[in-house]
Amino acid sequence: MSELLDLNLVEASKALKNKEISSLELTKAYLKSISDTSSLGAYLEIVEDKAISMAKVSDKKLIDGKARPLEGIPLGIKDMFCTKDIKTTASSKILENFIPTYESTVTQNLWNDGAVILGKLSCDEFAMGSSNETAAKGNVINPWLKNKKMSPGGSSGGSAAAVAARSALAATGTDTGGSIRQPAAFCGITGLKPTYGRCSRWGIVAFSSSLDQAGPLTRTVSDAALMLNSMAGYDQKDSTSANLKMPDLMDYLDKGIKGKKIGIPKEYTQDGISEDIVKFYEKSIDWLKDEGAEIIPVSLPHTKYALPAYYIIAPAEASSNLARYDGVRYGARQEASSLDEMYELTRGNGFGDEVKRRIMIGTYVLSSGYYDAYYLKAQKVRRLIKEDFENVYKKVDYILTPSTPTTSFELGKKQDPLTMYLNDIFTVPASLAGLPGISLPVGLDNSGLPIGIQLIANSFDEPGLISTASVLEKCAGFNFIADGAAK
Amino acid sequence: MNDTSTLKPGHIQGETGIWEMVIGLEIHAQISSKSKLFSGASASFGSEANRNVSLVDAAMPGMLPVINEFCVEQAVKTGLALNAKINNVSVFDRKNYFYADLPQGYQISQFTKPIVGEGEIIVDLENGEQTTIGIERLHLEQDAGKSLHDQHPTKSYIDLNRTGVALMEIVSKPDIRSPQEAGAYVKKIRSILRYIGACDGNMEEGSLRADCNVSVRKSGEEFGTRCEIKNLNSIRFIIQAIQSEAERQVDILEEGGTIDQETRLFDTSTGETRSMRSKEDAHDYRYFPDPDLLPLEFTENWVQDIKEKLPELPDSLKKRLVKDFGITAYDASILVEEKDYVDFYQQAANGRDGKLTANWMITELFGALKKDNLSFSESPITSENLGELISLISNGTISGKIAKEVFSEMMKSKKSPSEIVKEKGLEQVSDDSQILKLIDQVISDNQDKVNEYLSGKDKLFGFFVGQVMKLSQGKANPGVVNKLLKEKLK
Repeated sequence: MSELLDLNLVEASKALKNKEISSLELTKAYLKSISDTSSLGAYLEIVEDKAISMAKVSDKKLIDGKARPLEGIPLGIKDMFCTKDIKTTASSKILENFIPTYESTVTQNLWNDGAVILGKLSCDEFAMGSSNETAAKGNVINPWLKNKKMSPGGSSGGSAAAVAARSALAATGTDTGGSIRQPAAFCGITGLKPTYGRCSRWGIVAFSSSLDQAGPLTRTVSDAALMLNSMAGYDQKDSTSANLKMPDLMDYLDKGIKGKKIGIPKEYTQDGISEDIVKFYEKSIDWLKDEGAEIIPVSLPHTKYALPAYYIIAPAEASSNLARYDGVRYGARQEASSLDEMYELTRGNGFGDEVKRRIMIGTYVLSSGYYDAYYLKAQKVRRLIKEDFENVYKKVDYILTPSTPTTSFELGKKQDPLTMYLNDIFTVPASLAGLPGISLPVGLDNSGLPIGIQLIANSFDEPGLISTASVLEKCAGFNFIADGAAK
Repeated sequence: MNDTSTLKPGHIQGETGIWEMVIGLEIHAQISSKSKLFSGASASFGSEANRNVSLVDAAMPGMLPVINEFCVEQAVKTGLALNAKINNVSVFDRKNYFYADLPQGYQISQFTKPIVGEGEIIVDLENGEQTTIGIERLHLEQDAGKSLHDQHPTKSYIDLNRTGVALMEIVSKPDIRSPQEAGAYVKKIRSILRYIGACDGNMEEGSLRADCNVSVRKSGEEFGTRCEIKNLNSIRFIIQAIQSEAERQVDILEEGGTIDQETRLFDTSTGETRSMRSKEDAHDYRYFPDPDLLPLEFTENWVQDIKEKLPELPDSLKKRLVKDFGITAYDASILVEEKDYVDFYQQAANGRDGKLTANWMITELFGALKKDNLSFSESPITSENLGELISLISNGTISGKIAKEVFSEMMKSKKSPSEIVKEKGLEQVSDDSQILKLIDQVISDNQDKVNEYLSGKDKLFGFFVGQVMKLSQGKANPGVVNKLLKEKLK
C-alpha cells in the first residue's frame, strides 16, 4: 500500500491513466490511512461508501479511455464547502446536523473532473482561527512532531494536516486572511490562494465575502496547478466571480525565471520572525537569484496597517454573514418562549467564543457612530494597501515573503487572541489586495518543523505564480515526510 | 379665524391658531417582474405558503444573490418617468436586523448611493389646481417575508413567498401639505408606474404601499418632529391616517406637550394611529455595502435607450388631449389617470366630438360602472360602441334623451347602439311631414290651449313641444318640432 501513498497527485493521475493502479485501490489506501491517522482528528465526516462508488465510476472511465483531468483522485474537502447529502457544519455546533441539498460550485467542478470524495475536513469554526482550535469538535493535530501535539494552523487545519499525514491526496481549503497558506506552511505542504474571483464562492459557507477564496492544499506545486485547473472558473451564480478564462496551469511548470524581477518588501523582515525562518527566507532569495531572477528591494509602506484593517473588515462582514444562523429555518435551534430569547439561546449556545468575539467586533465597527472611525477607515486602508501592491508591480513580477512569522506552536498553550492574529501578518496584505499567493515548504527549523515561504503574484497571474513557485520548489528540494504521516 | 368651514385642506384650527401639516411619503412599489430581485424564484402573488422560495431566499449557507436585470431596468424607467436623475453608479447595501421573516438577517437595499436621485412630479388636485412634489430618491430593495401570528396559540409561522421580491422605494421630499395632496400624489405615482408597466399598482394585493411621515407646524415655522405611519395600503387609509395623526399631534402640542419621534401604525377599525416603536427602540441597521454584489454601473447610452422606449406619460398626454380634443384640463386629468381610460377615450373620440365623448365617458360610463360595481376592464361597453353612440347623437339619429335609454340598454345587452336603435325603432324623426302630422294632432286635441296661447299666454309653447315629443315617444327631433310649431301657431 505504501507505494500508493508515495505518489503525489500528478504521479497518481499518470499511474491511473496508464492503468498501473486503479482508483479503487488508491481510494482504499487513503481510506485506510484516514483510519490509521484518525488520532489527528483531521476528518469530521468520512464517506466511505460514496468514495468507493465514485472510485468505481472513475475506474470505468479510465478503462473506457474517457478519463477526465482528475479522474479517480481521492480528495478531502474542507467543511466550509457545502456538499450535497453530506453533512456540512463549518466546524460549528450551530450547523451540527446540517445536510445541504446542493453542491458548491468548486466541489462540483472537482467531481465533474472525476475526483473522488473521501470526506469532510475539520477547520476553525466558520474558518475563524489560525490554529484549528476553534473547531466545535476540537482541534486537529499537526502530523509533524506528532508526540508534541503541534497546531496544524488554521483555518484549513484539517485540510493541511490530512495532506501532510497522507490521509488525502490533496484537499480543498478556503483562505480569508491566510487560512490556506498558513496551515500549509505549518504542515510542510503547498497551499495556493488564487486571485479573488478566480474560484466561485457559491456554496461555500461565507465568512468574509470580500476576502473568502477557495484554493488547493497539495503536496507539490504541480499538484496545486492541476487541482486549481479544475476548481477555478467563472460562475454566474457568484456576482464577484471573474469572467476570465484561466490558462492550463500545467503549461507553466518549470519554465525558469531568468530575468524575472522578484520584489523583497522591507516591511516583511521585522522583529519577531524566527531566526530559522529568516535564514530560509534569505536562502530562498539566493536560490532565485541563482536561477537568474533579479532581486529588487521594494516597499509596501502600509503593511503595518493591514492586520488592524483586516480585523475590522472581516469581522464586520462576518457579523452580517452569520446573522442567518438564527435557528429559524435550519441548524440547531434552542426552543424558547419568545423570538428574542430563541435567538439568544440558539446563537449563544451554537457559536464558539472566537466566532462570538468576531461577531461582536463586527457589530461594533458597523454601529452608527463608529462606522466612519472603524469600517470606513479600514476600507481606506485596504485601498492604500492595494495601491502599494499596484505600485510595486510596476517594478517587479513577484513578491517573496515568509509565509508566517513562526513555525507551528504547541496546541493548548493558550495564546491571547491578538498574538494568534499575528500569525496572519504576512498573508493578510495579499488577501486585502485580492492577490494570488502560494506557500511552499522550503526547509525545517531546528526543532524539525516545516518552514513555508510565500510568493505573491499580480492579479490573475496564477500562471506566473505557478511558474516561479515550481522553480523555488525545485531549489528547496523539500522531501521530508511528517513523522505522523500514514505509512 | 375660528370659522373652521373656511379652513384649507391640511390646516387644523387649534386654540392657539392654525396648524399646517408637513408630509413626506415613502412608497414601496413591487416591480412587475416574474422573478425576485436576487433569485430565480417566482414573485407571483397568492401562491400556497413557502412555494416560491429558492435556496437564496431561504438564506441557506453559501448562497449568493445575483441581480435581476429586468428589475434594474424598471427602476431606471421609473426614475426617468419621475423626471429624476439616474445615477450611473449605485451600490447595494445590507440593512442588518434580526427578524424571523428576514432569513438573511439583513435586507439588501440601497443606502448612500441609490439608483435614482432627485426628481419631481406634477400632481393634479381635485379643485383643478396643480402642485409640484419633489422626489428625493428611488432605490431598489428586497421585500421581507410574512409572519403569521394567528395560526397557533404559542407559535408563529413564517411564509417566505414574498422574501426577496423586488421593491422600489420612492421617497418624496416633505413637500406635501394636506392629506388630499398625499392621496393625489400616490394616485399620480401609481398612474405613472402603470403607464410604464413597472408596477401593477395593486394596493389590495400589497404591490403598492406607503409609509407616511407627518409633522405639524405653524405657518412659516421650522418643521416639527415627525412620526412615521407604516404600511398603508389604500389611498383612503392614507388620507384618514394623515388627518388623524396630524390632529393627534396638534392636540399634544396645544396642551404644551412635545411630539416623540416614533413609528406608528394606523388602526383601520378606530381610524387612529398608535405607537409601534419609539426612537429609542429604533434599530441600528449597521448599513454597509453588500460584498456579494458589485456596484450597478450603466452607460449613458443604455439609459438613453430606455428613455427613448418610454411610452407617452400622463402629463404629456393630458396636454395633448386638451389640445387635440378640446376638453377641459380637469376632464383630461381624469382620463389620463389610467392608461386604459385614455386608450379607450382616444379610440371612442377619434374623429368625433371630443367634449361630448369625454362627458359620456366620465359621467355616464364611469357612473354606470360604479353603480354596477364593475371595474373598467369589465365594462360591457366597448370604445367602438361608445364612439358609435356619440356619432348617433352628433348626426341627429337619436336625441340626447334617447341616447341615455340606448346607453342603459348597451350596459345590459352589450349590443351596439345602432343595433339597439334599429331594434327598438328609436331613430329620431326629423322629417317635416311626419312631425307636422303630430303637431296637427296635438292642436286638434288641445284647441282650448291653442286659443289661450294665441291670446297671449306665450308660456304654453313649452306645453305643445312636450305634447308633440310625447306623442312621438321622444323620437321627434326637438329642433324641428320647435321650428314647425312656431310656424303653425303664428
